[in-house]
Amino acid sequence: MTAATTSSVTAKPAGENLRFYGIWLIGIAALIVLPQVFSSGGSLTSFSLIGIAIVFALSYNILLGQTGLLSFGHAVHYGLGGFAACHMMNAVVSRGWPIPLPFIPLFGGIGGLVFAMIIGWVMTKRAGTVFAMISLGIGELVASSSLILRSVFGGESGITTDRTALPKMLGWSFGPQLQVYYLISFWLVLSAIAMYALTRTPLGRISNAVRDNPERVQFIGYDPHVVRYLAYCFAGFFAGVAGGLTAINFEIANSALLGAIQSGLVLFSTFIGGTAFFFGPILGAILVTYLQLGLTNLTTAWQLYFGIIFIGIVMYAPGGIAGLLMMHRPLIRAGTLWTVIPSYLVAIVPTVALACGVILTIETVARYSGGDPINLFGIPFNPTSPMTWLTAAVLVVGGAFVARLTWRRIAEAWDRAATVARDRGYLA
Amino acid sequence: MSGAVSGKSPAIEVHAVEKRFGNVGIIRDLNLSVAQGERHAIIGPNGAGKSTTFNLISGHIKPTSGEVRLNGDLISGLQPFEINRRGLSRSFQVTNVFARMSVWENVRCAVLWATGHRYAFWKNVDSLPEVRERTAQILDDIHLTHRRDVPAGLLTYAEQRELEIGITIASGATVVMLDEPTAGMSHAETDRAVSLIRRLTEGKTLVIVEHDMSVVFGLADRISVLVYGHIIASGTPEEIRRDPKVKEAYLGEEAH
Repeated sequence: MTAATTSSVTAKPAGENLRFYGIWLIGIAALIVLPQVFSSGGSLTSFSLIGIAIVFALSYNILLGQTGLLSFGHAVHYGLGGFAACHMMNAVVSRGWPIPLPFIPLFGGIGGLVFAMIIGWVMTKRAGTVFAMISLGIGELVASSSLILRSVFGGESGITTDRTALPKMLGWSFGPQLQVYYLISFWLVLSAIAMYALTRTPLGRISNAVRDNPERVQFIGYDPHVVRYLAYCFAGFFAGVAGGLTAINFEIANSALLGAIQSGLVLFSTFIGGTAFFFGPILGAILVTYLQLGLTNLTTAWQLYFGIIFIGIVMYAPGGIAGLLMMHRPLIRAGTLWTVIPSYLVAIVPTVALACGVILTIETVARYSGGDPINLFGIPFNPTSPMTWLTAAVLVVGGAFVARLTWRRIAEAWDRAATVARDRGYLA
Repeated sequence: MSGAVSGKSPAIEVHAVEKRFGNVGIIRDLNLSVAQGERHAIIGPNGAGKSTTFNLISGHIKPTSGEVRLNGDLISGLQPFEINRRGLSRSFQVTNVFARMSVWENVRCAVLWATGHRYAFWKNVDSLPEVRERTAQILDDIHLTHRRDVPAGLLTYAEQRELEIGITIASGATVVMLDEPTAGMSHAETDRAVSLIRRLTEGKTLVIVEHDMSVVFGLADRISVLVYGHIIASGTPEEIRRDPKVKEAYLGEEAH
C-alpha cells in the first residue's frame, strides 16, 4: 500500500535494460558495418532504399499500429516531404544559404508535418471507415493536383535537384552512394529512436487506448479526436523525413511519390511486418523492399506474388512476421520450444513443394504466350510443355494435401507446448 | 484520498431532463438530486431508462431538453471528457476496457489526465513517479497486482469487472457512477465487489445502478426508483420499502 512497496513492483531488472540497449546498439553497428561487407553499388542502392522504407513504414505504424487509423493516403506526406526537400535544396543552392545536405530531411519532415496539420483536423474527426475513405480521397486529390500545379510539382517530369551543389559538411560532398547511405542511416537511427520514444510518452500510451477503445477514452478525460490528430501530425512529419531522404537519394521528386501505389506499398510493408510490435514495420520494410527489387528482375508477375503474400499474411498470420516471431517468446521462456521444432522441420518439405507448384503455375500462365523458359531455382521448365503443367499440378495438389497434414501436426505440437507454458506461468 | 467537495450545491442535480429518440420519449421529466458524499442507488425494471440516465449525466448522450448540474455547474451539452475533467467518472454495464493493453496500462491511462500529463509527448511515461505510485496503489486496491502484465482482454469476467471499477476511480473523481458493477457475478464475487466499492468510494459521491436488491439496500443511503423514464420515488431505503407506488410498480412485481 505504501510507495516503497509499490515502486518495487515496477522496477525493471538490470538485465532487461541491458538487453534493450543492446538491441539498439547492435542495429546501429549493423548499419555501420553493412556497406563494408556488401560493398557493391547494387547493394548500397538497396540498403539506401531499405533505410528509407523503414522510416516510412515506422511512420505509418504510428497511425495503423499505435492509433488504429487505417490510411490509404499516407504517401501524400511522404511525397510532399520529398517536394519540400527538393525545393529547399534548390533554394539553398540558388540563395547561397549555409545549410548542408544532412539537414535537408528535416525540411522534408516539416513539409509532411505542415500538410498533416492542415488536413489532419478534419480527417481525424472520426476513425474507422470514415477516416480510411477520406485518406483515400485526399491521396487521390493531392496526386492529381501534383500533375496540374506545374509550378510547384513540375508536372510529369517533377522537380530535379543536385545534392552535391549544397555546402559540404565535414568534407563530405554526398556524391558517392556510400555517403548518401550513411546520411540515410543517420536519419533512420534518429527517426527510429524518436518514434520509439514517442510510444513511451503519455500521448503514445493514450494513442494505444484510442486504438483499443475510443469510447472509453472519453471517460478518462481525453478527447480521442485530439489524440488522433496529434498522432497524425507525428506520422506526417516522419513520412516527410522519409520523403526528404528519397529526394536526396534520387535527386528528384515527382508525382509518383505521392500516389496510391506508394500508399499501398507502405500499408503492405507495415502489415506484413506486423503492426503490434515496434520492430514489425522494420522487418516488413526490409522484406518488401528486398522482394520488390529482387522479384522485378525475375518475373513480370511480381505484383501477383505480393498479393498472394499479403492475402496469406492477412488470413493466417494477422500479427505479421513480428507476431509470428513473438508467439514463440513464451515457449522459449518456458523451455518448450524444442517440442515444436520437429513438426516445423517435417512441414518444410511439403510446404516448399506447394510453393514451387504455385510459382510454376503462375509463371506458366504468365509466360505461355511469350514462350520464355521458366527457371525455377536452377531447374528449367518450358511453359508450353504438358510435362510442366503436370509437374505444377502434382506439386500443388500433392503439396497441399501433405502440407495440410503437417500443419495440423504443428498446431497439435503448439497446443501441447502452450499448455505447458501456461502451466509454468509464461502465457496468460 | 480527497474528501467530498465542500459547498451547498448537490453533487448531481438533474432538472426536468427529457430525452427523445424521434417521437419516442425514453426519459420524461427526470428530476434527481444527489447530495455530496451520498451513496445513491437507481433501481427500476428492465428498460426503465437507468443506463440512459447514466448516459445523459455523463455526457454520453445529450438531453433533448432540461439541465444537468455537477457541483452546481451546468454540464448538460458538454463532451464526456469535459465532464470527466470536472470530476465525474463512470463505469459501464458491459465491460469497456482497453482489451489489447495490459492491466497496468489500462489503469495508468486512466491516471494520466488527472495527474496533469495530458497529451505530453516529451515525457517518458515510465519515469513519472506519481503516475507509477497511483497506478500501483489502484491495482493493489482492486487486487489485480498479480495480473498486472496480462492483456485486459484475457482477464476473467469478474477480474474485468474489477478492472472496470479501477479505471473508473483511477482519476480520483469525486463523483463516481457505477452501472451494474456486480451484474453476472456469483454470490462470493458480489460480496467482494460490494466491499471493494464501499472502500474505494469512501468520502465520495456514488451513484449506482443495480439489480441485486441486497446490494442496493445494503449500500445505498438513498434510492431512486425509475419507471418508464420517470422517477416515481426517491428516499431512504426505509421510505422506498414502504412507498406504495414503488410496491405496486416495481417491488410488488419482482421482489414478491
